[in-house]
Amino acid sequence: MPTPSSEVLVIGGGVNGLACAARLAAKGRKVTLLEASEVVGGGAGEREFAPGYHAPALAHLTQGLDTRVVEAMALDRHGLAFHPALATTVLSGEAESLTVRGGKTSGVDAAAWEALHRKLSAFARVLAPLRQMRPVRLAGENRLFGLARQGLGIRALGKDDFRELLRMVLINVHDVAEDELSDDRLKGLLAFDATLGAWLGPRSPNSLILYLDRLARGADPLLPKGGMGALAVAMGKAAAAAGVEVRTGSAVEKIVVEGDRAVGVRLEGGEVVRVGLVVSAMNPRTTLHQLVGAAALDAGFFKATGHVRMRGAAAKLHLALRGTPDFRGADLKSRIVIAPSSEAVERAFNPVKYGEVPELPVMEVILPSAHDPGLAPAGHHVLTAIVQYAPHAPKAGLEAARAEMLENTLNVLEQHSPGLRSLVVQAELLMPQDIEARFGMVGGNWHHGELAVEQMLFNRPTFAAAQYSTPLPGLWLAGAGSHPGGGINGAAGWNAAGAILEAKA
Amino acid sequence: MTVLTHFRTPLLQTPFHARTSAANVLNRWGPWGGYMTALCFGDADMEYTAIRNAASVYDLCPMVKYRITGKDAVGYLNRLTLRDAGKLPVGAVHYTGWTDDAGKLLDDGTLFRHGPEEYLICCQERHLPWFLASAEGFDVSVAEVTEDIAALSLQGPCSATVLAAAGFDVSTLKPFRMATFPFGKGQITISRTGFTGDLGYELWMTPGQALPLWDHLMQAGAPWGIRPIGTDALNLARIEAGFIITNMDFVPAHQAVREDRPRSPLELGLGWMIDWDKGHFTGRRALLAERERGPEWQMVGLDVPGNVSAEGSILYHNKRQEAGFVTAAAWSPALKASVAIAQVQSKYLKANDLWVEIYALRELQYAKLMLPVRVVERPFFNPARKRAMPPERT
Repeated sequence: MPTPSSEVLVIGGGVNGLACAARLAAKGRKVTLLEASEVVGGGAGEREFAPGYHAPALAHLTQGLDTRVVEAMALDRHGLAFHPALATTVLSGEAESLTVRGGKTSGVDAAAWEALHRKLSAFARVLAPLRQMRPVRLAGENRLFGLARQGLGIRALGKDDFRELLRMVLINVHDVAEDELSDDRLKGLLAFDATLGAWLGPRSPNSLILYLDRLARGADPLLPKGGMGALAVAMGKAAAAAGVEVRTGSAVEKIVVEGDRAVGVRLEGGEVVRVGLVVSAMNPRTTLHQLVGAAALDAGFFKATGHVRMRGAAAKLHLALRGTPDFRGADLKSRIVIAPSSEAVERAFNPVKYGEVPELPVMEVILPSAHDPGLAPAGHHVLTAIVQYAPHAPKAGLEAARAEMLENTLNVLEQHSPGLRSLVVQAELLMPQDIEARFGMVGGNWHHGELAVEQMLFNRPTFAAAQYSTPLPGLWLAGAGSHPGGGINGAAGWNAAGAILEAKA
Repeated sequence: MTVLTHFRTPLLQTPFHARTSAANVLNRWGPWGGYMTALCFGDADMEYTAIRNAASVYDLCPMVKYRITGKDAVGYLNRLTLRDAGKLPVGAVHYTGWTDDAGKLLDDGTLFRHGPEEYLICCQERHLPWFLASAEGFDVSVAEVTEDIAALSLQGPCSATVLAAAGFDVSTLKPFRMATFPFGKGQITISRTGFTGDLGYELWMTPGQALPLWDHLMQAGAPWGIRPIGTDALNLARIEAGFIITNMDFVPAHQAVREDRPRSPLELGLGWMIDWDKGHFTGRRALLAERERGPEWQMVGLDVPGNVSAEGSILYHNKRQEAGFVTAAAWSPALKASVAIAQVQSKYLKANDLWVEIYALRELQYAKLMLPVRVVERPFFNPARKRAMPPERT
């Protein structure tokens, strides 16, 4: 007798897997969550990378953790609280540093930045509801009501703004910076934030939409009290409270397919767990190519999932510091962005196309220990940085590229914070390949598939699997590889659970 | 510097070209799969007559061929094609097809099993990108071998006799089986297959064996009136046999430009091919859903009154409502009837009120005919000698 579909298995205990599992469990499904590592949280966890120094496992901020997840999982009751939203300090080699809080800043472009921020935020508000919807199909089972509502939202912009949205939505962010701004520091910030985590330069087509998506996620970068690990802990507790049985240390080897249906999984070690539904919050390609395999899937679909672009270009730096760094007086509780101009971001991107390491990488620097002193020994600090761009296919080999990337990154940091290198107790740089090995993010891309306009909405991860269901009955996708992508957000997992419940699958 | 001249001879010549060009007194050639192929050697009626009454040879070299080898050959072919390749014995052949994810036909063809892990696919169109994409995740190698194999079709009631006279004893070779025979210093493969719906064989050899074999066969077959035939005569025979041709009777899904042109095997009368129980294959889920709701189109045989070919005609329901179209039609000399192969929308098929509108060209002037048609079983022409064992000797 088949296992009832009320019994669900969620593979992968990252933010999306936890959100999906919790929502299904709250609706009465019997949910088991399998996580390969010893703790849940995935990219949102925490790790002691040097004795006494705790760094985020991967992500060092949240920008718009889905409010539905925060509220329905009652994450506050499970211990999640945030520090006040971080301001951004833009460092520039020549000029003074500049502080930015949302649309507010100073300098010659203060008014222009506010106007641009207002305009882009209005566009982002129009696009934001899409993030919480199952992607619509243009033919077939149209969700006309949602589409109409969306249409109304867009029409509410007014004719001129709507025309402006259409003009801008697929434009590159460098052109926008050139059109609207004159201050290189702001142009650099705009270009950097748009391309953060993407395999794109500011001059690449369609780069602005990533900035709109970032604004649609949430305007403010937030840091959980106690560090990113606190978020993972809170989500784990909330999922357990919702009734999810969490099994850590349980790596899935195969999805078991019988009678043209996914009926369970086989764990490493041989144990077979049979369920009614299998939901994978892992990478979609890993799920379909390695866990399911070609024989159970149509050739066109299998090929398409193999062609989803998954290049990561972000490296992650963790420094243990014996002392307090000084970024020319910048607020150490702020998000420090080193991206002197849009051109500088573009120049940092160019080498990765040829498998090379940029001489002057651009980066986002956070000092978690400035917020939570307990993360480092007294008087010491932990510095984390997302450093772009790291080559996804290093010509010189991984070891050499990692060493060069670390050296160039430390040089840039030293330039903006003289004396920083002498404070370094221990340095760790995760290249995209390391991120892939550690977190199962194929190509080291933290969205489990590049977030790019042609891989969004009904094309994410591929057309035939864009609505969280897959062509294989009984198998659903719930990870960042699905709409609307990743970034410690939970929307994909939450939407997937909604789609499963709606389909009464 | 390399001097490029390939554009001066855009069509390739087959290994039989020295003989076919000498025999082609009308110089009537057409393109087929990038090769020159004879449409008619001199007299299409005599060529057709050779197929049905004597022995005919047709140059099959342009047929596209792929060799599939490897440990997962059976699993690969079962995922790729509609029938169960595992049930096909070594030394046997079956007619099969393959579809895209949406269950729409990409092509049909014959699958030859040469060994436990070695198959040959023969088909009309080229499919290497699709076959390679389908190979991802399987331990197989796929190679196009069209140019490595020369093939000659020997068809007609005297074909077994001609082969015997040529020293190839095919008396124990059953339909859809193949065997190897020594020829010269090497050997050739002969399969009891064909595209005429008659007793017939296909001979597979290396390109170097092509001309000696042609000469040997023509000499041995002379007493039985063996003659080379062109595509025109073959087309008439295949219509009588009710066979369909890719890009003539259906548009392969990968080539279709218009969204409504691709057809599923269920819509093309090939539903019998589908092995639903062999496990998953590409298109299976889409085809299951289609079987559930019923196919939109049906491929049927039609008996058309009168003697004017209905080629290219539109079909009507109740003389008014467009219901489908004829993909192939001919006056059949064997049946003394006008027959047609047509695609008809399923909803009009049940009403049984189908008409064909034929524009009959009569000395530069078209006469419009509206004739009632009757759906009939295919094959239209189905002689017992096609299957008889041992094969008919004459």
